[in-house]
Amino acid sequence: MNHLPQAWGRPRDDVYGAYDHSYFQTSGPKQSTQQPIVTGTSVIAIKFKDGVVIATDNLASYGSLARFTDVKRLRQFNKSTILGFGGDVSDMQYLDRLLLSLAIRENYSSYSSASDDTDDTSNLESLNAKNLHTYMSKVMYRRRSDFNPLWNQILVAGFGNDEKPFLASVDLLGTTFSSPSLATGFGAHLAQPIMRKVVPDEASVANLDKETAVQTIRDCMKVLFYRDARSMDKYSIAVVTKDGIDLKEDEKLENQSWAFADRIKGYGTQVV
Amino acid sequence: MAVSCTREVLLEELREAAVDVEARVAALQVEAWTRSSLQPRGGISRELCYDLSNSVFSPDGRNFQVEYAVKAVENGGTAIGIRCKDGVVLALEKLVSSKLLKPGANKRIATIDRNMGVVSAGLLPDGRHFTSRARDEAAQWRRMYKAPIPTSSLADRMGSYIQAYTLYNSVRPFGVTCIIAGWDSEAELAVDGQVGSGPTVGAGGKVDKMKHGGPFLYMIEPSGSYWGYYGAATGKGRQSAKSELEKLNLTEGTLSLEEGVKEAARIIYIAHEDSKDKDFELEMTWVSSLDGPTKGRHEEVPKKIREEAERLAKKALEDDDEEEEAKAEGGERMEE
Repeated sequence: MNHLPQAWGRPRDDVYGAYDHSYFQTSGPKQSTQQPIVTGTSVIAIKFKDGVVIATDNLASYGSLARFTDVKRLRQFNKSTILGFGGDVSDMQYLDRLLLSLAIRENYSSYSSASDDTDDTSNLESLNAKNLHTYMSKVMYRRRSDFNPLWNQILVAGFGNDEKPFLASVDLLGTTFSSPSLATGFGAHLAQPIMRKVVPDEASVANLDKETAVQTIRDCMKVLFYRDARSMDKYSIAVVTKDGIDLKEDEKLENQSWAFADRIKGYGTQVV
Repeated sequence: MAVSCTREVLLEELREAAVDVEARVAALQVEAWTRSSLQPRGGISRELCYDLSNSVFSPDGRNFQVEYAVKAVENGGTAIGIRCKDGVVLALEKLVSSKLLKPGANKRIATIDRNMGVVSAGLLPDGRHFTSRARDEAAQWRRMYKAPIPTSSLADRMGSYIQAYTLYNSVRPFGVTCIIAGWDSEAELAVDGQVGSGPTVGAGGKVDKMKHGGPFLYMIEPSGSYWGYYGAATGKGRQSAKSELEKLNLTEGTLSLEEGVKEAARIIYIAHEDSKDKDFELEMTWVSSLDGPTKGRHEEVPKKIREEAERLAKKALEDDDEEEEAKAEGGERMEE
């Protein structure tokens, strides 16, 4: 038997054959995230005249396995800004902590209580949704430039500098865009056409009331549950208005009708 | 030969010069010491040498630099903290150094993390550095443990930090005494970044009916020693503030936060009596329980409540004065 230190802890060559040194090489090119692991599916959001409605389901999938069923993917930043995360859940948790530390630091410079202070500067929220979206885009672009992207697509909902409803997206490449309605993941294919019927352009946002906006989002969540195999019927929905954020994290899809299902052909074991 | 000769001569000259310089320096020192204002402690006494350097004990076991730092604190505006049953109040007598400063600006009570506040008396820049270090410690704790730092741990870490500044002769001790107030959450704390609620069954290492969190108040001195207090006071008016705090019977734990705010304002106004000629602003912050007015956050006391507390404080002072006058009059009459 070989007692040399080089062989310590190694499988014995006489039993297992020569050791394949190509395994567990640490000297190869550095690899960072190549794909998301635990993922959240679509985030959808729509602007209306007084604010934004945003929703995601509460599922975190491990591949096609519905692994975690109470994952809250809408994260509130401050009194009037909320973020919806699609993509990798661990990266979302990292970003959540990053945003928490940012919120704590922002609070240092404006700690006076927002209630009934007449001083005109004290009621200003230090970072609005637009500022936060810019910040997120810098974070995401920096990470993709390091070849170590945070595997998320994020919707930021709240209010901009002009006090108007704000909704914008940033993805793992740092790409940003904005629209009266936005959806990530499968939602971009399944929900976006429905939402675009309600708000085809920026001008039509002013005519959309809260009830219609909420109903549109709820309808879209239902369509997504019907058609997206990585979705779930429990979801979170938030309405951002000037009065604050109304966040409900334990909603259930009502009035499901699977009558259409037996008309769908061309999958599984059925013979068309 | 000639070369070495010259060298010897040179060396000798140098030596003489050096002796001369030494003698002059020594003479200057003696002169300075005898003239020094510290002379009452015995001229060039044993003590004298020991207050020139930090980190050096005097033969009777004192560190003079630390004691001088305490003196610096005693010149600062009064700061107090009151630990109530459902929260903590911090109050500060902020002396206005110039009429050109914007009223209400330049806040001196700082927030650490979200649930703690710090107020300091003494050298302002030292207080600001203390705050910045405390924020770093709190952020570092979050990075490590993914949860807010308990007030006791922050006090411990900051105590160690301040104490380190009494150990080296390259630094001076902090010229501040700081009061730390915090509310440690009584609710079950989520881990930072947690997305779900975890298993719904099983103990999960939790102890049933164990009480967590509550109000905390610590005061750290320039020596680095710190204690937990029911009521803490430091700065110029600390003596009168302390005697007022003692009257509140804080150990009973019955004082409510709303009462505490009023008492804090009153005590600052009483403490200000001794330096009446100077203008001051009352700065007050509080941190309450999760179901209290600040929801576990450290915030400034709302203007309305503060002004009401100030009104009551002024009234209490006037009443006291009237009482004293009446007493004095009564005394005179008795004599007659």
